[in-house]
Amino acid sequence: MLILQCPYCGVMADETELHAGGEAHIKRFGPGSSDEEFEGYMFGRENPKGVHFERWRHVNGCGKWFHAARDTNTMEVFGTYTAQTSTPPEDLLAQIRDKRPGFKWREFS
Amino acid sequence: MSTRLASGGRLTNRSKQIEFSFDGKRLTGFEGDTLASALLANDQMMLGRSFKYHRPRGLVASGSEEPNALVNLGKGDTHEPNQRATTTELFSGLEATSQNHWPNLDMDIGAVNGLFSRFLTAGFYYKMFIHPRPFWKHIYEPFIRQSAGLGKAPKAEARDPDTYEHFYAYVDVLVIGGGVAGLQAAKAAGEAGAKVLLVEQTAHWGGRAVVDGGTIDGMEAEEWVKTTLEALGKMDNVQVRSRTMGAGVYDHGYILCYERVRDHAPLAGGPRHRMWKVRAKQTVTATGAIERPLSFAGNDIPGVMLASAVRDYVVNYGVSVGDRTVVVTNNDDAYRTAIALKKAGMDVPVIVDARQMGGGALMDEAKALGIRVETGRGIAKVKGGKRVTGVTICNQQGEGAMIEEIACDCVAMSGGWSPVVHLWSHCGGKLNWDDAQAMFRPDHDRAPTSHDGKPFVTVAGSANGYLGLKDVLEDADTAGKSVSGSSAMTDAPKAENAEEKPLEPVWLMPQGASYDLRMKAWLDYQNDVKVSDVQLAAREGYESVEHTKRYTTLGMATDQGKLSNINGLATLSNALNEAIPQVGTTTFRPPYTPFSMGAIAGEARGDIFQPIRKTPMHQWHMDNGAEFEPVGHWRRPYCFPKAGESKHDAVMREVRATRDSLGLLDASTLGKIIVKGSDAGKFLDMLYTNMMSTLKPGKCRYGLMCNENGFLSDDGVVARIDEDTFLCHTTTGGADRIHAHMEEWLQTEWWDWKVYTANVTEQYAQVAVVGPNARKVLEKLGGMDVSKEAIAFMEWKDGTLGGYNARVYRISFSGELSYEIAVPANQGRDFWDALLEAGAEFNVTPYGTEALHIMRAEKGFIMIGDETDGTIIPQDLGLHWAISKKKEDYLGKRAQERLHMADPNRWQLVGLETLDGSVLPDGAYAVGEGYNANKQRNTQGRVTSTYYSPTLNKGIAMGIVHNGPNRMGEDIPFMAVDGETIIRAKIVNPVFFDPEGAKQNV
Repeated sequence: MLILQCPYCGVMADETELHAGGEAHIKRFGPGSSDEEFEGYMFGRENPKGVHFERWRHVNGCGKWFHAARDTNTMEVFGTYTAQTSTPPEDLLAQIRDKRPGFKWREFS
Repeated sequence: MSTRLASGGRLTNRSKQIEFSFDGKRLTGFEGDTLASALLANDQMMLGRSFKYHRPRGLVASGSEEPNALVNLGKGDTHEPNQRATTTELFSGLEATSQNHWPNLDMDIGAVNGLFSRFLTAGFYYKMFIHPRPFWKHIYEPFIRQSAGLGKAPKAEARDPDTYEHFYAYVDVLVIGGGVAGLQAAKAAGEAGAKVLLVEQTAHWGGRAVVDGGTIDGMEAEEWVKTTLEALGKMDNVQVRSRTMGAGVYDHGYILCYERVRDHAPLAGGPRHRMWKVRAKQTVTATGAIERPLSFAGNDIPGVMLASAVRDYVVNYGVSVGDRTVVVTNNDDAYRTAIALKKAGMDVPVIVDARQMGGGALMDEAKALGIRVETGRGIAKVKGGKRVTGVTICNQQGEGAMIEEIACDCVAMSGGWSPVVHLWSHCGGKLNWDDAQAMFRPDHDRAPTSHDGKPFVTVAGSANGYLGLKDVLEDADTAGKSVSGSSAMTDAPKAENAEEKPLEPVWLMPQGASYDLRMKAWLDYQNDVKVSDVQLAAREGYESVEHTKRYTTLGMATDQGKLSNINGLATLSNALNEAIPQVGTTTFRPPYTPFSMGAIAGEARGDIFQPIRKTPMHQWHMDNGAEFEPVGHWRRPYCFPKAGESKHDAVMREVRATRDSLGLLDASTLGKIIVKGSDAGKFLDMLYTNMMSTLKPGKCRYGLMCNENGFLSDDGVVARIDEDTFLCHTTTGGADRIHAHMEEWLQTEWWDWKVYTANVTEQYAQVAVVGPNARKVLEKLGGMDVSKEAIAFMEWKDGTLGGYNARVYRISFSGELSYEIAVPANQGRDFWDALLEAGAEFNVTPYGTEALHIMRAEKGFIMIGDETDGTIIPQDLGLHWAISKKKEDYLGKRAQERLHMADPNRWQLVGLETLDGSVLPDGAYAVGEGYNANKQRNTQGRVTSTYYSPTLNKGIAMGIVHNGPNRMGEDIPFMAVDGETIIRAKIVNPVFFDPEGAKQNV
């Protein structure tokens, strides 16, 4: 059972306190977008064995959504950060590059 | 015969006799016995029948790896099937019965399966039961169900009288396994100051060392164990628990342990089992090793046992399995059994050693005791039925030609040792094949890793592949120090490794065994999988060990292949002509051994299984005979039957009384969410399909919410409180979900919008006052003006009614004149009582959810969960009027523009009336012309809501029908539940009652 630190309230939260919210940093496509764009937004998801960026909600805690960068294979958690951003923080990306040289996840590497 | 020896038994207390029963026979054992040792002491060799062939089965092992000795324990409320006799401590009054036989253990009809074993090979079920197709449902499945399962399930009405609980523990170091390795690892970590929890699955400490002997720090192993336990007991930072199994290792150092608190003392107080949920920074698995059987013909006959188990029964319990024991081995360790038996006064006619060169010092010791040793030999076949009567000896390198027959009543076998790597592997720890010792060992470079990317499981002792006492202790000492960050320069306890010759892998005995011998050489005792089955699977193309496992059922029994897996995959790798590491192992999954459902449930049973939400009026409902139904976590009254009245009659009465005069509904469970802020209108425009930002304060508007995929998700009335504040009503079940939905979009997409939400569902009690006399009763209570002029339909006002602070919404879900009145929750019950009192002259009638449903269906109002199922868009339900065409965007808008969403051929909402006035079955399908590719009737619609309407005195229904709104008046066929009867129904307008709205607009 995973432990993630909520970046808002600082609690090291057990997975049972959290609600998984799927892939992070997905750009919304609404009316006016093409079928391909909308399909990608609704259904296209990464399925990496390795570095992944996810959304979580501290649902049985402070109620805030946040982001986590995690290795799906080794369960290593590189860090958690605010949900109110469309890109992972640069210092976190630098740390992941250091630990997983050459990693690539969507447009981030 | 198996019997209790005149003396011996380091765990038994001969001064305390214990009575128990097996299959109704009254037997006695001693304090300290397991059920297994006590049964052996009473010459109860045969304990059950195997799963497939119903072969006689006796004990094979002495611990948790035992595959055969599964019994039913207890009776009535305490009955529990599939309990291992080897891990059941004997207590006074224990009642056990044997399993999987009929009519009794000795004489079993199912054993006839054994005669057909040639035809019941691997994959038999798949091959046999596939044709002819209809036979599956009517003949094969009932037959297989009849014969499936080992023990008897508890009776449905049985209620477990025991209690169970969950413990939570947070430690630096968890050590699993209380053998000398676990003790030393815990000691080293404890001395370094770490907070340590040490658990051992049995009631006793010391593991194998206390049976097999050896000297540690100048002490007998037993003495060292005692001394070390005392030392651990003095450390405040160390906790030790026996009878506690490390069951599973999960991500980020989460470990489940299973404590059997008082299985051995059922009359003691307290919980029976505990589930420990442990968070450990580091875990040491010192789980030991399990001896492997050898694969020779007849190795399943009662009396054939693991050599270590035979030794355990003699040393620990003073019980001999037989008078004459043949020992068969491919390693030195089994010689210890021969020596122990000889020293206890039993006969060992021969040690059959498959190795050409035989063993080392232990062989010499055995020979010196006068035991005959035959090297390069194997067992061709074990003789006997319900117990061993003899063995035939052959050349191990040959095909099984008999050299000699030897009479015996016990065979002690050893195929070497397999480290218990389960807990290491649960979370991804990888293994290497050790050719010299023929075993899989943990690969420390590929350990399971935690949140920091660092290993969190360390293996110690024989679980790590070290079988010598010195190696075990040194390994454990290193492990204990490394997990606690100790820099102590202390030495590991001093011990010597016994001088042993290497083992020689033997996966089949003799190595060229004929088919007849191979099909009697068992790999998996419980599931009846033999060498020949695995070889057949390989011939039929099952190259993956995971596929072979499922095809043959190898390792799929309750013991999860603890004894059979390595032998099975070695057999497979030989058949495939590949190396063992290339074939690999199956996946190790928790729990290590099964644990009770009670322990999993813990305290969560009965009334506290799930919290129940109650409205402020709940007690009144209870006092007035409400029939409840669950809606989310709420319990809502379904109806309020009077004495002697059926539920149906009560519902009919409630509808009529409401339509004729006055009804009351407890609507407190409706979701109420405040949405506030300068961007609240903009936010609600995105959330709802219709325009909410244009709503005037004081007004209400019905709204629909879709998810981003376009499907209708919730509905309800929105009231604008002031310029910045809206109150959104949701469905009863939807409040928490919709609040979370709002928060998700606010926090993760539109985080710069100035909006705040609060779920105030439980802050208000809400009552729907419904019916032609609704206004009169409110006027009687007095206070605010509730006239048509003061509060028009779809308006709300704050004021007082009968002295209560009330917010009155003039909305209607029934088509009647209707007010929904919210008061503070703590005044809800008083207000309800006041309404009942004032309403008495109007025959006020509280109604439940079923009357609510009927009245809304009479009006053609949709219900989330009836008309919607996650695949319905608002357009399917004729709700175009509630979808704004002016808005550029709302959640679901883009999705609803997709081709198949805009398709006019979608099934759409209509009303349905049977031609004979009967009630359509709920969920019934309207059948169409022809058949689909699966030879099923084509369909053209289905029923979504169906009721008997007491207002119209006939059945009414709503449904979705292909192109329905354009087919008004057409009658279409619905299929009844029997799949044969056709019910014809006419497509009509879904508004059955008062389509002009004359009753509500008064």
